[in-house]
Amino acid sequence: MERRTVSVRDGLFQTELLQGGSGDPLLFLHGAGGLREGGYLDDLAERFTVYAPSHPGFGASEGFERIDDIIDLALYYHDLMDALGIESAHVVGHSMGGMLAAEIAALCSHRVRRLVLANAVGLWRDEAPVLDFFVLGPDQLLPYIVHDPESDAVREAFPAPESQDDMIEAMYQRIQSYSSAGKFLWPIPDRGLKRRIHRIAAPTLIVWGESDRLVPPSYAEDFRSSIGDSRVVIMKECAHLPMFEKRAEFVSLVTEFLTT
Amino acid sequence: MKLHFFHLMPYRFLPDDFREKNRSVWVDVNSRLFDPAKGHQIYNENLDELEFADQMGFDGICVNEHHQNAYGLMPSPNLMAAALTRRTQNAGIVVLGNSIALYNPPTRVAEEFAMLDCLSGGRLVAGFPVGTSMDTNFTYGQVPVTLRDRYYEAHDLIMKAWTEPDVFAFNGKYTQLRYVNVWPRPVQKPHPPIWIPGGGSIETWEWVSRMDYMFSYLSYFGHQRGLSVMKSFWEELARLGKDDNPYRAGFLQFVAVSETDAQAERDYAEHAEYFYNRCLHIYPGFADAPGYRTLRTVRAGLRSQFERQVVAAASGQLKWKNFMEDGYVIGGSPETVAQKLEEAAKALRVGHLMVLLQFGSMPPELVRKNTELFAKKVMPRIRGLWSEYEDRWWINPLPKDQRAAPMASLPEAVPAGGGC
Repeated sequence: MERRTVSVRDGLFQTELLQGGSGDPLLFLHGAGGLREGGYLDDLAERFTVYAPSHPGFGASEGFERIDDIIDLALYYHDLMDALGIESAHVVGHSMGGMLAAEIAALCSHRVRRLVLANAVGLWRDEAPVLDFFVLGPDQLLPYIVHDPESDAVREAFPAPESQDDMIEAMYQRIQSYSSAGKFLWPIPDRGLKRRIHRIAAPTLIVWGESDRLVPPSYAEDFRSSIGDSRVVIMKECAHLPMFEKRAEFVSLVTEFLTT
Repeated sequence: MKLHFFHLMPYRFLPDDFREKNRSVWVDVNSRLFDPAKGHQIYNENLDELEFADQMGFDGICVNEHHQNAYGLMPSPNLMAAALTRRTQNAGIVVLGNSIALYNPPTRVAEEFAMLDCLSGGRLVAGFPVGTSMDTNFTYGQVPVTLRDRYYEAHDLIMKAWTEPDVFAFNGKYTQLRYVNVWPRPVQKPHPPIWIPGGGSIETWEWVSRMDYMFSYLSYFGHQRGLSVMKSFWEELARLGKDDNPYRAGFLQFVAVSETDAQAERDYAEHAEYFYNRCLHIYPGFADAPGYRTLRTVRAGLRSQFERQVVAAASGQLKWKNFMEDGYVIGGSPETVAQKLEEAAKALRVGHLMVLLQFGSMPPELVRKNTELFAKKVMPRIRGLWSEYEDRWWINPLPKDQRAAPMASLPEAVPAGGGC
């Protein structure tokens, strides 16, 4: 994957993104923790042209102060697609990125060919609260978001810092990401998607790790029943990070869905 | 130097095993621990204590705002301030303050503060805190990253509402009002003194300095730890070319006065321990929501966060010795206290010293002793400090002969239907 910066809306936004591969365009939208590089992007790039941007306010992407709410953010993605010269793309959204992907698909259906929602937030039922992850440190959060904290997948997703400075930088990045995510998720990750979700026309695959204790897997059915052409795949021995925890299975599910 | 009596209104009856059985004194503190009958008692005792401070000659009496908090029983400090306007005559009513980003619309604050200024005859000090993360983000659900922006907008609206005589429209990002026309208006012109309570945030120092407001550093960790923050504040003022008038700054300090240093420990140790070990038992996850501090402040202060975690981990075992050595509490005989307070006020360069003479589980008799000893034996020794400076951040009440007072005794009334 190649790292580049794209200027959006005549420079009002500077967007950092990873790009690689060839084939149909695939937009990967990251969650509240920020964009985590990993083999899953390289795998997807074997079949698609993958664009994995950092949202404004995450990583090195600028322009966060021009985004007031999730609708602004969804519309900004139309501008980013214009800047990239993409008429329409497959959109894969993870966690908060899933909420965003659903909004993009609901607001402007012709730009989303197929939609994949992985462990997505955006809906809320009082009896199944999404975890208040904002109050947890990285070590405290881990058991909620991975099935096996000792696995290689965890080491790939959260590489051990090599120095004190690395550790502090990682902490800073985490605060920055959560700080920005709060605009769309605080104090409850519900910004009214339920009033718009029926507009989603794209065929949709809903993927969820069975052991996810951050966003309860019962929400998979809420998304399915709200989106016309959709189906659910629950992944075993997998929690909130299917692209790391079950990389091969995740990539093949997604690839198969997007190419049939 | 001005000396103010500050009250937090803590709940005095948290059980001995509070730390073990509860994760936090704030936000999700167990409501079953609150006994309303004791609440009735506490509010009345605490108002008496503040009123006594007025009688004893304190310059100001201070109340503040906290939510879902067992050491701060004032979700609405304005209610307490209103009660205080009636039985006090001289002291400034220092409301430190209203977390203006939490009021919708913020003109509510302009209205209530104007009421308080009228009620008190121009004795109100208007405090505008951003508010802690526990209060604003966790209890009142404000998005952390936009809190400060909302705060500045609320400030602009309130100041314009006080100073603009004509009706105006306000098209803000967070508040839209077609007809702003606050009624009543404050006695003090152009507006009551503005005090900004704060912690160690770069943006707050910069803004307070630029606006020429008074900066009140409200820390529970005493004068020694307060030095670095106050130093940064004075440096910022110097950078902006402002004068170094000590009345630009206020500082909160726990104080415990007794006959001798040894007696102070016997009198106050358990109550200080109650405060630091029970009242400051705060779940770390609530202390600093991501986005509450700006990224710039986080960048500047990140390393010291580790230090604070160490302090937090150690708390629970804090004893009188620690409070004395680290300066969390200034305690001892009147001579000891006066000497240490003078040194602290000089080192911090603060013209407004707010003292907490009730802290933790301290009962009314002991508060009275502390207040009386402080007023009679400490106050005279330190009051003269900074007398060469003009205090431009203090109240300007109506002349005494224009001030109303409650009727000395009510005419006898015949109850209509009994009463209870």
